[in-house]
Amino acid sequence: MEFFADLIRTSPLFLEAAYITVKITLVAVTLGSFIGLFFALLKISKSKILNKIANLYITIIRGTPLIVQIFWIYYGLSSIVQISGFWAASLALAVHNGAYIAEIIRGGIQSIDRGQMEAGRSLGMTTRLAMRRIILPQAFRRIVPPMGNQFIIALKDSSLAAFVTIAELFNVSMRLASSTFKDIQFYSIAGLYYLILVILFSFLVHKLENKLAVGSSGMK
Amino acid sequence: MIKVTGLNKHFGDLHVLKDIDMEVQESDVVCLIGASGSGKSTLLRCLNFLEQAEGEINIDGRIIDRKTMDLNILRRDVGMVFQHFNLFPHMTVLENIIEAPIHVKKIERQQAIAEGKELLEKVGLGDKVDCYPSVLSGGQKQRVAIARALAMQPKLMLFDEPTSALDPELVGEVLSVMKELAQEGMTMVVVTHEMGFAREVGDWVVYLDEGRIIEVAPPEELFNNPKNQRTQEFLSCIL
Repeated sequence: MEFFADLIRTSPLFLEAAYITVKITLVAVTLGSFIGLFFALLKISKSKILNKIANLYITIIRGTPLIVQIFWIYYGLSSIVQISGFWAASLALAVHNGAYIAEIIRGGIQSIDRGQMEAGRSLGMTTRLAMRRIILPQAFRRIVPPMGNQFIIALKDSSLAAFVTIAELFNVSMRLASSTFKDIQFYSIAGLYYLILVILFSFLVHKLENKLAVGSSGMK
Repeated sequence: MIKVTGLNKHFGDLHVLKDIDMEVQESDVVCLIGASGSGKSTLLRCLNFLEQAEGEINIDGRIIDRKTMDLNILRRDVGMVFQHFNLFPHMTVLENIIEAPIHVKKIERQQAIAEGKELLEKVGLGDKVDCYPSVLSGGQKQRVAIARALAMQPKLMLFDEPTSALDPELVGEVLSVMKELAQEGMTMVVVTHEMGFAREVGDWVVYLDEGRIIEVAPPEELFNNPKNQRTQEFLSCIL
């Protein structure tokens, strides 16, 4: 019962923290999607140099822990320019997710039948136009489910922002735990908030998937 | 209209087209026949520069140089119909047709829609304007693909085995659209296994084997009285 009392008592604090968690995640995934699209296009380009650049980026980012990347950007970048903890963490998460999203987008693009590009080209489209009008819209539908998955990962990974002093969910629970010595209690409450956010988000992705599926069949 | 001289194409170590010389006059219907792997589809794709090959391709009296010419502009005049239709599945039938006129030729949307609907009437699919390709039969899909290519008002149409992926009972509806086109004077190069079509509609039949043109003749001559022994053998296998 004490758990529920604490849950209710601390809810204003946690709700505010949850809002920050969602904000970091949204910024990270949105920015990360642009980064991902950029590197996906480098990776499928015919230029060997561009392929290598993309591979280098993906190898470094996937090969080092996110917390190291967050510290790189938080301490490294802040020694050059003024950057808030929020933006340092969001940027690090964006760069991190960008590498994974690049692979998701590349897979989506390459899963589209080659004939689609040929049909576009045979109608006089440039590669760029065919990519934008023909390939990417189709790839987008296939990208939605793995992107939803990546979003969930990003949401939970944003807890690492706690270590660069952002008052997001995990940071708040850490502070409450250390000041009250009710560790299990407050980490469980944090877990509960994450769980609710993930369930909410999964529901939205599911809705989007259904909506996209309707468009591709039958009458308009 | 098209003149091909000394065309050679390699896929790695594989020499798929060997010293191809070919000419297509305006309003001609040229049918390419031959066993699978003979290079007929590759030859057709070379005419649209979907494949890069060595040799000279002359269109409308101009030598086409990949490096200096804008192939995209060239391709606007050359319609292509594929074996597997390659319709855009995320667009309705009408959207498939107006896509290139609007975004490549930059014509008015209203005009593109009017012309698109007219073309769909012509191929007998006026009632399918708002359908997505996934609900159409193979024959209907291929007719939409033909209309899509025609929407760019090409001077030349290339058909790459347009009926090979169709159920037998759907072949006729596609062939009759193609026949109509030929009668209107469209210049056409058709890779086909439909010997009936080649015989009836073709002005010239080209027989390819192992990447070489073996024999070129008007259909009645090639089918009734083939000169080359390999042509005779091929025809005796399929007729």
